[in-house]
Amino acid sequence: MKFGTEIVLLSLFAFAALVAAGFGVDEPFRRHMWVLFFAVAGFTAILLRNTEFKPTVPIDPAAYMDGPIRYGAIATVFWGVVGMLVGVVIALQLAYPDLNIQPWFNFGRLRPLHTSGVVFAFGGNALICTSLYVVQRTCRARLFGGDLGWFVFWGYQLFIVMAATGYLLGITESREYAEPEWYVDLWLTIVWVAYLILFLGTILKRKEPHIYVANWFYLAFIVTIAMLHVINNLSMPVSFLGSKSYSAFSGVQDALTQWWYGHNAVGFFLTAGFLGMMYYFVPKQANRPVYSYRLSIIHFWALIFLYIWAGPHHLHYTALPDWAQTLGMVFSIMLWMPSWGGMINGLMTLSGAWDKLRTDPIIRMMVMAIAFYGMSTFEGPMMSIKAVNSLSHYTDWTIGHVHSGALGWVGMISFGAIYFMVPKLWNRDRLYSLRLVNWHFWLATLGIVVYAAVMWVSGVMQGLMWREYNEQGFLVYSFAETVAAMHPYYIMRAIGGAMYLSGALIMAWNIAMTILGYRREEDPMPRSIPALQPVRSGARKWA
Amino acid sequence: MTYNFMREFADSWGLLAMALFFLGCVAFALRPGSRRQAERAAHIPLKDD
Repeated sequence: MKFGTEIVLLSLFAFAALVAAGFGVDEPFRRHMWVLFFAVAGFTAILLRNTEFKPTVPIDPAAYMDGPIRYGAIATVFWGVVGMLVGVVIALQLAYPDLNIQPWFNFGRLRPLHTSGVVFAFGGNALICTSLYVVQRTCRARLFGGDLGWFVFWGYQLFIVMAATGYLLGITESREYAEPEWYVDLWLTIVWVAYLILFLGTILKRKEPHIYVANWFYLAFIVTIAMLHVINNLSMPVSFLGSKSYSAFSGVQDALTQWWYGHNAVGFFLTAGFLGMMYYFVPKQANRPVYSYRLSIIHFWALIFLYIWAGPHHLHYTALPDWAQTLGMVFSIMLWMPSWGGMINGLMTLSGAWDKLRTDPIIRMMVMAIAFYGMSTFEGPMMSIKAVNSLSHYTDWTIGHVHSGALGWVGMISFGAIYFMVPKLWNRDRLYSLRLVNWHFWLATLGIVVYAAVMWVSGVMQGLMWREYNEQGFLVYSFAETVAAMHPYYIMRAIGGAMYLSGALIMAWNIAMTILGYRREEDPMPRSIPALQPVRSGARKWA
Repeated sequence: MTYNFMREFADSWGLLAMALFFLGCVAFALRPGSRRQAERAAHIPLKDD
């Protein structure tokens, strides 16, 4: 029977959720367990409807397992649109507080929904599906462990649903980028270990003797996130049928644990994992090997050795010992080297093929991603310098910095990878429309420029207003005055975000049409067909 | 395993061991004869789909 074991286990899981919904000691937990019950029961019902009693067709062990990757690509696009939409909503909530709909849709609950939505739902799905795509093709081996790939995909979606609904219900650990409560954390740990086994198992059964460098980055991401997640979330639940837990750490140790986690979530989730993407998809799309393979190895080790120490720069001028603050600052500055080495390596992969930048919007997207990687990894170390940090910390400048990295680097490289993968995964000879990719590229790029520039101005203004004092030593501005001064920038920021979101919507349309098998009849991109003779000077031709 | 012990270990032997390991990785990546092997590894993604 198809899905036999799965149906039995899922029914038991749904029953356990039902029991927890009945016996939960607090109201949010009971509601959350109802969500879990309906999610798991609904999924079980779908499996029941699709079960068959025909003998199963034996699987070709040489063929790649692309099912979970196809689902992952769709999930990436879907969660991307959702996460970015929530981002635009909370940007508008900051500008117009009346948009805070109590209690479920106020800023406090929607903000973690946005961060987790874009980082873990969009970025996480992009990382999982591309890593499984890359590991099979560079190891020339089918995914390890039978249906383990499906468990990782669906288990991760369940984690996302539980985390997201938990935030809206007001369940939170209040740990930056790690807000889900203890039971959701435990579920993610199970899924993550399964992911590690899946990835490592595939590497171990590889037919290619050498492990390609993209897999090193992906593996570093998986292993480090496992360690960070477990240690940061060490906590004691008040009740095993309740939604509240307390951290194992307290005071400044807790703060440092959180930022050791928080910054390495940036370093290993949003950087190392996406560098794995860069080292596979940029060479593939450019059809050229990476500029220097040995530089990529040095890039890898330098990144691994340095990143893990940079977290304390989030705690400048706090109760954290001074030496630890300085340590975080010094390691952050040293990170310039591997970051820029990696950026040069990515960009120079195009040397000799720079013409593709004019004709191929997907390459353009990837190059823009690498450029933003370089830019935000320049800005980050600069902001970690204590003197700069005394102005920038707690201001919108930080938000602008995060978004130039997240929208520019993480977003753009993921879009590039999705545009590359989807036609291959569904056996289409090309995307529905390359011109729509071009629209996406420009909307996204301009959206980031608006967003980042506005946040620089707003953040620096905010920082300067906070520290402004008069000749008698009194602070000049009240906090509310700084908030009022930022109002126009908040509106402009929402416009930048809306541009980025509209680019993502165009992508969703383009990807959906590609999957459905449509091809838009359109003129090729300008200059992609070699001209027979040079264009007369003075009469520039655009088509 | 007091705080002081770990603190002192981290900025002495621990730091030295990690720095040496890192330098070893770099030296190994740049060892003589690694260029051809790296060349071959760089072409892994381009061999087929």
